[in-house]
Amino acid sequence: MIAAIGLVVGIILGLLLTPDVPQWLEPYLPIAVVAALDAVFGALRAFLDGIFNDKVFVISFVSNVVIAALIVFLGDKLGVGAQLSTGVVVVLGIRIFSNVAAIRRHIFHA
Amino acid sequence: MNDMNDAPQAPLDEPHATPGHARRSRAKLLEALRKPSRGQLAGAVLVGLLGFAMVTQVKSNQQDDTYAGLRSSDLVQLLNGLNAEARRADKEIADLEQTRSQLSDSSQRRQAALKRATEESTTLGILAGTVPAQGPGIRIEVTDPKDKVTLNNLLDGVEELRAAGAEAIEFNDDVRVVAQTSFEDAERGVVIDGHRVSAPYVIDVIGNPDTLATTLDFIGGFSFDVKASDGDVKVNKLDNVKITTVTKPASPDFASSADGQ
Repeated sequence: MIAAIGLVVGIILGLLLTPDVPQWLEPYLPIAVVAALDAVFGALRAFLDGIFNDKVFVISFVSNVVIAALIVFLGDKLGVGAQLSTGVVVVLGIRIFSNVAAIRRHIFHA
Repeated sequence: MNDMNDAPQAPLDEPHATPGHARRSRAKLLEALRKPSRGQLAGAVLVGLLGFAMVTQVKSNQQDDTYAGLRSSDLVQLLNGLNAEARRADKEIADLEQTRSQLSDSSQRRQAALKRATEESTTLGILAGTVPAQGPGIRIEVTDPKDKVTLNNLLDGVEELRAAGAEAIEFNDDVRVVAQTSFEDAERGVVIDGHRVSAPYVIDVIGNPDTLATTLDFIGGFSFDVKASDGDVKVNKLDNVKITTVTKPASPDFASSADGQ
């Protein structure tokens, strides 16, 4: 419940404040959002599996975001930023799909 | 990364995926929604952060900065593409402008030719009597109370007018006099091109009014002859003489244009 409220509050804050994305954050924000989405779906799946742990969730969330941004940053420095971003998005997308599939099996038995 | 995200993906026919299990899962979710535990707090903060970031990203993506997030290599590539496209467009513009100038040249030539042809056709039509004409000229009124004005008198008058530069001649608002016009004698008058014309004769002439008027007044000329026949000639110089009768254009049956002209 608190998590759902948090999501709603975050969305409303974003809609109300409409902050400008700082220049240095622009390449990393989309990747970070996708990584965070992956962490959230992973957490939901773990909760349904009965192995949810808030400490683990926090760590996984932060590390997901940081590592995704780091990969993109490194890619930019190496000159393959666009390709690495695509790779990261593909990998995270696959993980999100598999997590959602597991959640779906839990809830709908299908 | 961590144990829960890296949990092995369950096969599709995993054993615990039974209807009872699904019910239990749903119950667990509902319970978590109803009775939040303290452990959800950190999760809530992070999920809120996610929502905030998502909305921010979506908003910034909707702004018109398509190229803001691109890397310099991408931008260089884009710029090259745009340059090539601009060159192509320039070339196309040059081609099209050339085509346009060609077309407008030819159309101008055609218009000039058309204008010349129209003018010539009008000129020839006036001379041949196939179109109505108007312009400065004179109106000659010839009275013939004793019926003594002859066809020859009239023919002399017409010849004098032609010699003085008459461009269009009309008798009694009825007959146009052109090169092929025939004159015949008749009872009380004359027959011109099959039209019977009798005194008083009214001759409309387009040409230089002064020249036309003076040419009739020579001694031994038209006026002299008519007055000798007890008739009278009145000449009015007019700024605008209208000649509305026309002749039917006749195409020659025997003559054709000779080469070399």
